[in-house]
Amino acid sequence: MGKTIAQKIFDAHLRDQPTPENMVLDLDVVLCHEITTPIAIMDLMEKGMDRVFDPSKIKAVIDHVTPAKDSKTAAQGKIMREWAKRNQIKDFFDIGENGVCHALFPEKGFIRPGYTVIMGDSHTCTHGAFGAFAAGVGTTDLEVGILKGVCTFRQPVSMKVEITGALQTGVSAKDVILAIIKKLTVNGATDRVIEFVGPLVDQMNMAARMTLCNMAVEAGATSGLCLPDRVTAEYLWPFIKDEYVTIDAAVEDFAKWHSDSDAEYVEVVELDVSNLVPQVTYGYKPDHVKDIADMAGTKVDQIYIGSCTNGRIEDLRDAAAILKDKKLAEGVRGIVTPATPAIYSQAMEEGIIKIFMDAGFCVLNPTCGACLGMSSGVLAEDEVCASTTNRNFNGRMGKGGMVHLMSPHSAAAAAITGTISDPRQFLA
Amino acid sequence: MKTFGGPAILLDRSDINTDEIIPAKYLTEITKTALKPHLLEDLLLDGKAFDSHSPEMEAAKVVITRANFGCGSSREHAVWAFEVNDINVVIAESFARIFRQNMFNCGILAMELSKDDIDALFAMSGDITLAVDLDKETVTASSSDGTQADLECSFSLNSYDKNLVGAGGWLAYADANY
Repeated sequence: MGKTIAQKIFDAHLRDQPTPENMVLDLDVVLCHEITTPIAIMDLMEKGMDRVFDPSKIKAVIDHVTPAKDSKTAAQGKIMREWAKRNQIKDFFDIGENGVCHALFPEKGFIRPGYTVIMGDSHTCTHGAFGAFAAGVGTTDLEVGILKGVCTFRQPVSMKVEITGALQTGVSAKDVILAIIKKLTVNGATDRVIEFVGPLVDQMNMAARMTLCNMAVEAGATSGLCLPDRVTAEYLWPFIKDEYVTIDAAVEDFAKWHSDSDAEYVEVVELDVSNLVPQVTYGYKPDHVKDIADMAGTKVDQIYIGSCTNGRIEDLRDAAAILKDKKLAEGVRGIVTPATPAIYSQAMEEGIIKIFMDAGFCVLNPTCGACLGMSSGVLAEDEVCASTTNRNFNGRMGKGGMVHLMSPHSAAAAAITGTISDPRQFLA
Repeated sequence: MKTFGGPAILLDRSDINTDEIIPAKYLTEITKTALKPHLLEDLLLDGKAFDSHSPEMEAAKVVITRANFGCGSSREHAVWAFEVNDINVVIAESFARIFRQNMFNCGILAMELSKDDIDALFAMSGDITLAVDLDKETVTASSSDGTQADLECSFSLNSYDKNLVGAGGWLAYADANY
């Protein structure tokens, strides 16, 4: 019997197998942010274990609330800063260099095919786009990861989501993943690894693949993965050029992680996107998804474009294509947060920031901000937000607020009409 | 080893997420005890706000709920919010992976029972008290109204997770073994 990519990665990192079901894996990277790490740091300090297994394998950022909004968030930042310094963690990204973790860390080349990655953040599955096993964990797993460089997972059970067909103009990876979550439901992939495969995934750039993998957890998945290929190698080339003679050599090497043709899958789901229209959520669960036409006309108060799902340059370009020479509808607030400083800078160079500003948007620094209702755009009771983020849970963006998840195209269309609108009417 | 059980509170809904268990605005806290008053603050049951400070809730040591409990954010704050409220057992048809692991990593119980058993627990009248026998892997529910026989259900813990509970959590286990 052949092996899946997840099984191959598990085999290559197996430290211990305390039961047939449970595998203790060596970790290649432990990612940290200021919301879930400080309690781990303080616990390690209290226990006299304030050390890290390998400072070069720990990457840390302040991203959820930055700049600090109050004394408590300032304290969280301070704990991170001092810890990184004490433990010689070189890759620590503080204000000015910081960005949304799942956009920043890939951009720095920290994630490679075949890696094992954990972070105290459920959207860590984003990094599966590189053919890595990347999983969100709680603070205790993170703490042990920091201290020992290991984490335990159950034997990986994989399912395959095969995506075929070509996307219509104005339909993007966000619409695809929302359609997949609708099909799988919020626990259709629980305790499973999703492998995203098929001709559409092969053609997707890394940004689109990250959008896809990012929301795998919304279907309950432990991780979402794409098989590493030429697209992966080209993205990573600046970081791996000393390791490989040519890009071809990297592509060939990456293929060792590909799932075998006779690997076992617990389920195979097929999705033909040829007729897929823009998707939008309507309730408090990310599988509450409808075609945008069925929600058209729903009034919105705020537009939020950003996050680890859709804050990359490709996303800002999609939104700007619709916003160019247009204004926010009357009474609608627009917020955009480029996910990293590099994205922000690129968006300035391309004139995208000006398009947003001319349309009347507030341009924020890179931050997770309002996505989880912590800062920078929290909703008031009964307010509605058209958002490119990943969760529409009750209270997520502020108590009593309603979040409709959608693509950057669709959020931009809502920005200029003031209601949920099909973005395709604004694209030639 | 810790003993588990006590008065139960029933949360009759599937897919309760960790944002509802502890909203993100409290993730700026750097002590677990600060989470205590905010447990289940944003929970909706039947579309209505749940009273997270009712006498039943204050007395509860066990939560009984439906499927996919603890989905969404990885925040261990959700588990700590239960812990600091003295709730050390959550019983559900199924759990989201990260929440389940976080429970065992803290040395407390995320127990899966069959849908039939969960239905039977929800069908009991009066206040329910649960006794957990970890060795026998049984949980016994008794009702305060005195008219019903006790309900005994069996569960099966992954032996690794059981070891974590015995060790008092993953950090202690990992420190001893790796």
